Amino acid sequence: MSAYDIDHLAQCITAHAWNADRSRVALCPNNNEVHIYAKQGTSWVVEHVLAEHDQVVTSIDWAPKTNRILTSSQDRNAYVWTFKDGQWKPVLVLLRINRAATHVKWSPQENKFAKHKSTVLKVDWHPNNLLLATSSSDYKVRVFDAYVKKADGRNVTRPYGEVPFGEPIFEFDQCASWVHALKWSPSGSSLAFSSHDSTFAVANFATNPPTVEKVRLRGLPLRDLLYITENSIAGVGYDCAPILITNQNGWKYSDEMDKGSDNAGAAEATSARKLFQNKVDLGESKSSDKKLTTVHQNCVTTIVPFKSVGGVVSDFSTSGLDGNIVIWHVKALEAKNKFKVI
Amino acid sequence: MSLAQVPYLNCIRNTLTASMCLQNFGSQIVERHNKPEVEVKTSKELVLNPVIIARNKAERVLIETSINSIRISVSIKKSDEVDVILAKKFVRFLVQRAESFIILRRKPVEGYDISFLVTNFHTESMFKHKLVDFIIQFMEDIDKEVSDLKLTLNARGRIIASEYLKNFA
Repeated sequence: MSAYDIDHLAQCITAHAWNADRSRVALCPNNNEVHIYAKQGTSWVVEHVLAEHDQVVTSIDWAPKTNRILTSSQDRNAYVWTFKDGQWKPVLVLLRINRAATHVKWSPQENKFAKHKSTVLKVDWHPNNLLLATSSSDYKVRVFDAYVKKADGRNVTRPYGEVPFGEPIFEFDQCASWVHALKWSPSGSSLAFSSHDSTFAVANFATNPPTVEKVRLRGLPLRDLLYITENSIAGVGYDCAPILITNQNGWKYSDEMDKGSDNAGAAEATSARKLFQNKVDLGESKSSDKKLTTVHQNCVTTIVPFKSVGGVVSDFSTSGLDGNIVIWHVKALEAKNKFKVI
Repeated sequence: MSLAQVPYLNCIRNTLTASMCLQNFGSQIVERHNKPEVEVKTSKELVLNPVIIARNKAERVLIETSINSIRISVSIKKSDEVDVILAKKFVRFLVQRAESFIILRRKPVEGYDISFLVTNFHTESMFKHKLVDFIIQFMEDIDKEVSDLKLTLNARGRIIASEYLKNFA
């Protein structure tokens, strides 16, 4: 089995999400539409096109239990799509915001969802359905209490007591630039976030107030994160290849998960010949057709779990500006590239 | 490319690779608008510190980065007054054809000869490594082009002068 499957579905993908049994994928090809692809044999076929938004769709989330799709767009609107009689029916959500919606996410119990306005880049729900973390372009990460009486009912204990709605419980200012990504761990005991200055940080919620551990990365900034296990995080971003960060008595950069194609060495030899040939034929010193050795050819923007059991992800999928959706198999990657997920 | 230029261009290449990390970003001020933040500068937090890479006083590059756009301004080598005139004419020729260069800005930033504006829409429709290659290639070519023009001009001047002086011989 190869370490990854690659499908080129659009010129450029801004967001993608899978349904519960992973037979369908919803993605936005960088315009106002959402395409739903279904797997037929070995190829992907467009099944539905959801066109209700006016501007580019920024985020998609597919609720696995209730089978509803949530989309948000820069036209300030969000829609909940429900599948009825072979058709996806849109319901407009009143957001009461007056700027573009950037990111949406279903809460774990799927009875409410989070959205934010322009300066907030990402949101993520705590597994307990009550806490909400946001990362924003003013260099900060905030944790909110998102208790709503109508959705949550009265019989819940709120982890940090009675905090007024909209007041941040914690604020982290460890980053020196826009915070692109954040994610709660499967157990909810830690929160990882990463920013444009290539800083990666993990806040540990075992203590109150939480302790934050910071890691400076060598490469370009990360755009999205995924907990593979409680102690291993995969990050994707402008470097075109997912990287692995692990926790062994402290978080540390572990390895690249995509070390380039197998025949990179062979390509090098032929390219030296080609370089000489080009010099002779055209008077050019460079071969014009250059391809990156990584699987993705441009910035990777989204990483979501594809197969996971009890918080341990065995396969994950990534999509990026090059229009590819890649499904990575963690076990095969480990064997091929010799790194260890803890 | 001359050998002396290599570190200069390598430095620009690395800086461009690091700073061309753009994303789609709707305006914070005007609803349903999407503008290059490096041009409108509506918010301080969305614009990063500009970088100047200079080889000498005349040859330098200014790289300004924001969340959804990056502006690269180039000042070309000018060793004498002929160079100044040639560079001006050549840049004018290019700017008049700015549409076919896609990322070329119609008006250069003050103090520079030519400017590029790369937005997130460019990085979405084109490969980033090829965009960087294009700018580096462009900088290599423009120096070569200007010095070629200068050589032709000098040769032409010499022929004209000798033809003219023949009459007095």
